[in-house]
Amino acid sequence: MAGENPASTTEYIQHHLTNLVYGNHPENGWGFAHGAQEAAEMGFMAIHVDSMAWSIGLGILFCWIFRSAAKRATTGVPSGVLNFVELIVDFIDGAVKDSFHGSNKMVAPLALTIFVWIFLMNFMDLLPVDLIPELLMLAGVNYQKIVPSTDPNITLGMALGVFILMLYYSIKIKGAGFIAELTMHPFNHWGFIPINLFMETVGLLAKPFSLGLRLFGNMYAGEMIFILIATMFAAGAGAGLVGGGLHAQIFGEHTSAWFWLVIFILVCSVCGLNLKGKISTGKTVLLCMVFMALGGGLTALGGGLMQWGWAVFHILVITLQAFIFMVLTVVYLSMAHEDH
Amino acid sequence: MELVIIAAAIMLGLGALGAAVGMGLLGGKFIEGTARQPELGPMLQGKMFLLAGLIDAVPIIGVGIAMYLIFVVAPSVGA
Repeated sequence: MAGENPASTTEYIQHHLTNLVYGNHPENGWGFAHGAQEAAEMGFMAIHVDSMAWSIGLGILFCWIFRSAAKRATTGVPSGVLNFVELIVDFIDGAVKDSFHGSNKMVAPLALTIFVWIFLMNFMDLLPVDLIPELLMLAGVNYQKIVPSTDPNITLGMALGVFILMLYYSIKIKGAGFIAELTMHPFNHWGFIPINLFMETVGLLAKPFSLGLRLFGNMYAGEMIFILIATMFAAGAGAGLVGGGLHAQIFGEHTSAWFWLVIFILVCSVCGLNLKGKISTGKTVLLCMVFMALGGGLTALGGGLMQWGWAVFHILVITLQAFIFMVLTVVYLSMAHEDH
Repeated sequence: MELVIIAAAIMLGLGALGAAVGMGLLGGKFIEGTARQPELGPMLQGKMFLLAGLIDAVPIIGVGIAMYLIFVVAPSVGA
C-alpha cells in the first residue's frame, strides 16, 4: 500500500508496472532484475518471466478446458462446461463464416484460440490489483505483472504471429500476384512502382502494429485506472482509526497482505453464514461494518466500490478487445486469400 | 510540471471529443439503418460493436498515457 506523499504513490505505480525480468546483467550475471533500471541494463537478452508464465499457463488452461469438453461431447443435450464451450465455438464459427470467404481449415481454430486466449489474459485484469503481487511478494518474488496483455511484448508478439501468417498465405495463394498487389496497386503504371511499393508497405506494416498496440493500450489504460483507484484510497489509509482502520495503527504505512486477506475472509464468511440462514441480515451488516472499519474503514469500502464499478465496465472492454483482435485477424487473413 | 498536466488534459479532452463524435455518428447511423430495415438489426449490431471497439481504442490509449503522465511523469519532473 502506498503512503501519502506523491513520491511513494509514483513508486507504487512504477512498482506495479514493472515486470519480473530474468536476464544477463553485465555486472551481476544471469539472474532476476532488482528494479526497472537493472532490467533496462540487461538489454535485449532478457525475458519477462511473469508475462511468459501467465500467458503460457492460461494457454494451457484454455487447451485443457476445451479438450476435456471436446472429449465429453455427445449428440445429446449438453450441460455445464460443455454447454459453455459449445456456445463459444458456435459464436466463433459464426463470426468466421461471416468474414472469411476463402477455404482454409486453420482459420476457425486460430480464431477460437486467439479469442479465448486473449480473453483469459485480459481477464486477469479483473483480479484485485494487489492480491497476487502481494501474495507473491510474501513468497519472495518482488515484481509481478499478472496481466500478460499489458505487456507490449506479448501483444506485439501475437500480432507478429498473425503478420507472418498473412505473408505466408498471401505468397502461397497469390504467388506473383502478391508482388503485383504491392507494386501496381493504387496507380497501375510502371512509373509509379516506388510510390506504390512505399504506400502498400506502410499499409501492410500498419496492420500488425495497430493490432498489437490497440490491445496493449486498452489493457494498459484499464490496469492503470485500477492501480490509480488503489493508490487514491490507500493514500488516506493513515488518516485515523475510522479512515485507516486498525491496520494503520499496527503496521504504519505499509500493511501486510495477509491482514487484508484475513479481513476479506472474515467478511466473506459472515456473508456466507447469512446466505445459509445462520445469522440475521441486521447482524450481518453490523459485523461486516465492524470488520471493514477494522480493516480499511470507509476508504477501503469506497475504493472497493470504485474498483468494482470499473471492473464491471471493464468486462465489456476485455471481451470487445478480444473479439476485435479475433475479427481483424480473420479479416486480414481473408484479404490474404483473395486472389484476383 | 504544469505543461505535462496541460498536455495530459489536451490529450484526454481531444481524445474524448473525437471519440464522442465518432460514437454519435456510429450509433445514429446504426439506429437509422435498423429503423429502415429491422431484419438487418442483429448483423448490423455485431458490426457496430466491432467499430465501437475500434473507435474506443484510441481515446482509451490516450487515457492510459495521460494517467501515466499525470501520476508518474509529472511528480518526478516537478520534484
